[in-house]
Amino acid sequence: MIPASFDYALAESAEHALTLLAEHGEDAKLLAGGHSLLPMMKVRLAQPAVLIDIARVPGLSGISLDGDQVVIGATTRHAELASSALLRAEAPILAYAAAQIGDPQIRHRGTIGGSLAHADPSADLPVTLLALGGSVEAVGPSGPRTVAADDFFTGPFETALGPDELLTAVRVPRGGPVSWGYQKFTRRANDWAIVGVAAYGGRVALASMGGTPLRATATEEALKAGASVEEAAELAAEGTSPGYDFHADSDYRRHLARVLTRRALEGRTS
Amino acid sequence: MEIKLTVNGTVRSDEAEPRLLLIHYLRETLGLRAANVGCDTTSCGACTVLLDGESVKSCTVLAVQANGSSVTTAEGLVAPDGTMSAVQQAFRENHGLQCGFCTPGMVMASASLLAENPHPTEQQVREGLEGNFCRCTGYHNIVRAVLAAADKLADPEATA
Repeated sequence: MIPASFDYALAESAEHALTLLAEHGEDAKLLAGGHSLLPMMKVRLAQPAVLIDIARVPGLSGISLDGDQVVIGATTRHAELASSALLRAEAPILAYAAAQIGDPQIRHRGTIGGSLAHADPSADLPVTLLALGGSVEAVGPSGPRTVAADDFFTGPFETALGPDELLTAVRVPRGGPVSWGYQKFTRRANDWAIVGVAAYGGRVALASMGGTPLRATATEEALKAGASVEEAAELAAEGTSPGYDFHADSDYRRHLARVLTRRALEGRTS
Repeated sequence: MEIKLTVNGTVRSDEAEPRLLLIHYLRETLGLRAANVGCDTTSCGACTVLLDGESVKSCTVLAVQANGSSVTTAEGLVAPDGTMSAVQQAFRENHGLQCGFCTPGMVMASASLLAENPHPTEQQVREGLEGNFCRCTGYHNIVRAVLAAADKLADPEATA
């Protein structure tokens, strides 16, 4: 399969990327690793007229500390997240989640900014960012802004980003000692989660339980009120409307959410 | 647009339409037919090549994205005198192939794996080849081959 024809522009800087976005409007798409966008273009689920390649923009990649936060550049690749000693020490759940994505070849190409902007409700990084209570930095014609993870995912494959904005970085709290767990239930190697759960401190987030990654609010409130892990995990599917597909019906997804939330809260990884 | 990249050590300069996939550039433009098109959906790994030393699925990379980079295919692992690399040799000695369709991709994924982790455990080899399917299901000998290649690379004097 070959994508439909498009024009290609290599952005030399974030400003250049914004200029190109302004010039081409909604006909343009940003390209970094291309591991969500190119498969969609092959099957014509996306047919942009222009691709703006930001993979080589200086300063958009890398992992560093800023006060009590870890800052990760948008074009940082999954393999770099997974192998970063800094990230493993400061936000180990994020390094672990990155290592669960796809397979080594995919992790060599895919980027954190691309995965978050793609906003697949079953993907590893969106649910993890939500559990961490992190945020996303974007820049657009009216300047830079920060969007909290809780406000970032607005629908299936939809985010708060405008078509004229560029996601530049991701911020997560430094939390080496914070307890965490991660559960991803799949039927096949290198697949997306049928249900996934990321637990970080008192925050619990669910993948594949609705159109966006979701907080398990009833579980979080029960934990805050002193409930046991078993009691709190029983509430994990409250308020969710999971879909059904080839792999699982909605009831089975609710069951998985309860079981996997208990395991994640026990600090277990899948 | 004009792209310039190093393929198997040779600098290449070619005109590439933006939508040209790296796998098609390698196979059709350059005539390097080791990497195969299998699933065409970033799943099977038959099209795996090294891009700046790291394994990638070349069905999901545009040739223009590889502009300025270095690409290695299974052809490029063979020395000019025809001597196969340790990984290729190990696949042959351990019968790490049946029909052979997945083999070039398996070899490149294994080369990338051993570059990142020269002494993998059997479990790490299996996880490291998660992105490559062998539809003959010949995984046991493939894993044996990668472990043998790791031993050989660690001690080239040892007999196989």
